[in-house]
Amino acid sequence: MQYGTFTLDGLLFGIEVSRIQEVIRAQQMTRVPLAASVIGGLINLRGEIVTAVDLRRRLELPPRADGVPPMNVVVRTRDGAVSLLVDEIGDVVEVSADSFEEPPGTVSGVALSLIRGAHKLDGRLLLVLDTDRAIHVSALQPA
Amino acid sequence: MDDDMIDEVVGEFLVESYEALDQLDQDLLALEDDASPETLAAIFRTMHTIKGTCGFLGFAHLESVAHAAENLLSPLRDGELAVTPEITTVLLSAVDAVRAMLVMIERTGGDGESEHPELVAELQRLQDPAESTPPPPPRVGDLLVEKAGVRPEDVELAISEQALGDERPIGEILVDHGVVAAEEVEAALNTQSEHKGAALSESTIRVDVRLLDDLMNLVGELVLARNQIVQLSGAADDESLTVPAQRLNHITTELQEGVMRTRMQPIGNVWNKFPRVVRDLAHSFGKQVQIEMDGADTELDKTIVEAIKDPLTHLVRNSVDHGIETPEQRRERGKSPDGRLTLRAFHEGGQVIIEIADDGAGIDVTRVGAKAVERGLITPDALDSMSQRELVNLIFLPGFSTAEVVTNVSGRGVGMDVVKTNIERIGGTLDVTTERGQGSTFRIKIPLTLAIIPALVVGCGEERFAIPQVSLLELVRIDGARLGTEIEWIHGAPVHRLRGRLLPVVDLATELQLGGVPLAERPAVNMVVLQADGRRFGLVVDEITDTQEIVVKPLGTQVSELGVFAGATTMGDGRVALILDVLGLAQRAHIVTEGADGLSDAVDELGTDVAAERDTVLVVDVGGGHRAAVALSTVARLEQLACRDVESSSQGPVVQYRGELLPLVPLAAAAGIGTPTPIARGEEGLLEVVVCSGPGGQIGLVVDRIVDIVEENISASRTGDAANGATFVAVVGGQVTDVVDVDALVGTHAHSRPYELLAPVAG
Repeated sequence: MQYGTFTLDGLLFGIEVSRIQEVIRAQQMTRVPLAASVIGGLINLRGEIVTAVDLRRRLELPPRADGVPPMNVVVRTRDGAVSLLVDEIGDVVEVSADSFEEPPGTVSGVALSLIRGAHKLDGRLLLVLDTDRAIHVSALQPA
Repeated sequence: MDDDMIDEVVGEFLVESYEALDQLDQDLLALEDDASPETLAAIFRTMHTIKGTCGFLGFAHLESVAHAAENLLSPLRDGELAVTPEITTVLLSAVDAVRAMLVMIERTGGDGESEHPELVAELQRLQDPAESTPPPPPRVGDLLVEKAGVRPEDVELAISEQALGDERPIGEILVDHGVVAAEEVEAALNTQSEHKGAALSESTIRVDVRLLDDLMNLVGELVLARNQIVQLSGAADDESLTVPAQRLNHITTELQEGVMRTRMQPIGNVWNKFPRVVRDLAHSFGKQVQIEMDGADTELDKTIVEAIKDPLTHLVRNSVDHGIETPEQRRERGKSPDGRLTLRAFHEGGQVIIEIADDGAGIDVTRVGAKAVERGLITPDALDSMSQRELVNLIFLPGFSTAEVVTNVSGRGVGMDVVKTNIERIGGTLDVTTERGQGSTFRIKIPLTLAIIPALVVGCGEERFAIPQVSLLELVRIDGARLGTEIEWIHGAPVHRLRGRLLPVVDLATELQLGGVPLAERPAVNMVVLQADGRRFGLVVDEITDTQEIVVKPLGTQVSELGVFAGATTMGDGRVALILDVLGLAQRAHIVTEGADGLSDAVDELGTDVAAERDTVLVVDVGGGHRAAVALSTVARLEQLACRDVESSSQGPVVQYRGELLPLVPLAAAAGIGTPTPIARGEEGLLEVVVCSGPGGQIGLVVDRIVDIVEENISASRTGDAANGATFVAVVGGQVTDVVDVDALVGTHAHSRPYELLAPVAG
C-alpha cells in the first residue's frame, strides 16, 4: 500500500496515492464569504475552479502560523477535484497491512471519524486520513 | 455482417426513425386542416421507409404495423380515400405504436411481443378494400430498368451485393458493373428526387454533442486567455503587442460566435410535439383548440432548449387545461368555439423571449387572492395592499393550485412554482399578464447561452464579484451631500427614491459579512440596480470595475449550497471571482419573500414611467469587448476609411473627407473606456469610422466594430466622474454600455473654420 504523506501541526498523515491527483504549492485563494471556516477558499487549477478544504480547521487543530503558506494536495472525488490545505508535503511511503492498527479508544472527537487508523513506522506514526469524510464538509456548518 | 455492424445499422435506423416520427406527428396534424397531396406523400414515404428498413432488419411486428399503416396511407395519397378525423386518430395511434416498438428495440434489441392486432385490424378496416397493394415509390433500380434499359437481373445482383455489406448506392454499383452509364444514373436520381421533393441536403453532418461541449469549454478558456492578453496589451502601451492582441480579440469573438452557433437549435424542436399534446388534451377535455406558432426557427443553445422543454410543456398544458374554456362557455361569452393558443418566440436584446398566449378565460385575481389566503400563503391584510400584478403572481407560490377539480393533467404535483424555479435556474424569468375573459400570456425570458455570459464585475472589500447582466437594470452613484437625503431609512432598512419610487437597498458587504464601513457612514455609494423575480433592489458595492464576457464554471457542493453564488469564473489576472446568484441574494436579503412586502415594485408601472424616454442609439464595440453607444441623431454617416489616407496634424490624426478635414478620434481613448485601437498610419486596412456632427463641426469616431442600432428607453444614471464627463453608463440591449456624449466630444475635438481644407490657390 502506497501513501502520499504530509504534515499537519507536526503530525504525519497519509492518503492513498491513487486518490491524489497532484500536489501544488500555495495558490492565490479566493475567499468564499459566508462559508464555514473549513472552506479555505477557491483556487484556479488550470481553469477548473477547485474548492480548498483547510485540513487543520477540519481536524480542529490549532491554526497555521501567520505567513506560512499552505500546500495543496489535490484529490480526485466524484464531484471533481478538491484541494486539501496542508503544512508540508512528505514522501510517498510504502507500508504493509500488518503495521496497521485502528485508532485506540482514547482517540475521540472529530479525529475518530476522520482518522481510519495508524501505520507504525520507525519512530513515527502515519495517520491514515479518511479522504471522503475529510472533504465532505458543509459550507453551512458553523465556523 | 457482424454484430457490431448490425448494432450500428440498428442505431442509425432508430435515430432516423425517431426524427421521422416527430415529423409524422406534425404532418398528420397538418392533415386535419389541409390534406394536401404533398403532405400525404410525405407521410406515406416516411412510413414506407420505416417499413422497408425494419423488414430488412427483421423486426416483423414493427413491419406489420408499419405495413398496415402504409396500406391505409396509399389510397389517401392517391386521393381515393378522404382524410377523416377517425383516420387521423388511428394513424396517430399507429405512430405511437411504432414509437413504442422503437423504444423496445433500443432497450432490448427486439420489437416486443405484441403484434398490435387491434390496431392493424383498425388500419385495415379504414382502408378502401379495393385498394390494398400500394404502388412502390420509384426506386433508382426500377427507373434504370424503365428508362435506361438495364436488365432487372443486374439490379437484383446489385441489391444483393448491398445486402452483403456493399455500402455504395445502387447506381454506383451498376456503373461499376458496366451495365449503365453514370449519366443515366444521374438522370434517374434527378427523376427520383423530383418525386421525393426536396432532396436531403448533403451540406450537413451529424456531430457528437460531447465534441461540441468540449469545443465550447475550449473556447471558454480561450475567451479568458484573450481577456488576459487584451488587459496586458492595454497596460503595456506597446503597439507591436496591441495590434496582434486586437486581432486575437476579433478572432476569438468570431470563433466564440461560431461555436455557439453550432450548438444552436431552433425552438421548433421543442414546439414540434405541442400540436399533438394540445390536440390530445383538448380532445380529452372536450375542448377545441387551435395552436399557432410564430418564430419556430428562433435559435437557442442546445442545453437551454433541453432545459426549457418541461417548463414549456407544463405551461402549454396549463393553458389548455385552465385557460381555454369549453366550446359552450366560449359561445356564451360570444367567442369563437375554437380556442386559440399562440406560441411566439423572438430575440430581443441578446435574450430570447417565448410567449405562450391563450384567448381563454384569463386568471380570476380575486379567486387567486382568496385561494392564497385560504392556503395560508399570505395574510388577509397583505392581500388588501396588493396590486393586480402581485395578485396574479401569487400563482407562482409553492403550494398553490387554482384548479377546482384536480385533473389528470395539471394535478401531478408539479405546480407553477416549479415551472418558475426551473426557468430561473437557467437564468431566465417568467412573467404573466392576464385580462379577465380575454386570456393570459406567459412570457419567458431566457439567455441565448449559459456557458459564456456578459457580466458586470464589481468590487466589495478585497473581493471581486461578477453579476450576470441579465439581472441588471441600471447603475446609480450617490455621493457626498446627496447621500444624507437620498438614502433614507425605514425602521433600520435603507431605501432609495429612484424616480419617485422607493427602492430597497441591500449592502453587499453587510449581506456577505465582509465587514467595512457601515452604509450610513460612507462618503459615496455605488449602487447596482438589479431585478430578481420581478422586484427591483439596489445592491451597494464598493466599486464598479468593468463589464466583460465571463465563462461560468460550476462550484463544488461545499460552496454551491450557500445559495448566494451561481458559479465562479476566472478573471484576466487568473484569480477566481464568484458569480452572484441575484435571486438567491434577494431571498437572503428578504427582498423576494412569499407574499408582498410593501416595497415591491411592479414592472408594468416601471415600464410606463420611463416609456417616454425611448432613444435610438448606435451601439459600437470600442475594443476589448467594451460597448459604447452614441445617439443616432448625432450620427451623420458610417464610413470605412483606408488607414493610408490618415494624415497627421498638430491636433492629431485627420483625413480629408468631403472637402473638409475630419479629425479622427479613437472613441475608446476619448471616452476613457476599453482598449484604444491604435490608428496605424500608412498601413493597409480599413478603419470603422462613425462620422458625428455637433455644434462645433464634425468628427470621426474610430471604433472597432459597429454592433447594432437599438431603440429603447435608456434609463441612465451617471456613474460619478467618468472620464472627462463625456460618458455615462446605461443598460442598452440588456448590456451595460457607455453612452457617449457626442456634443461634448465634438466640442473638444472638432476643428473650427481655420482648419478647413484650403482650396488650392489659383495662380
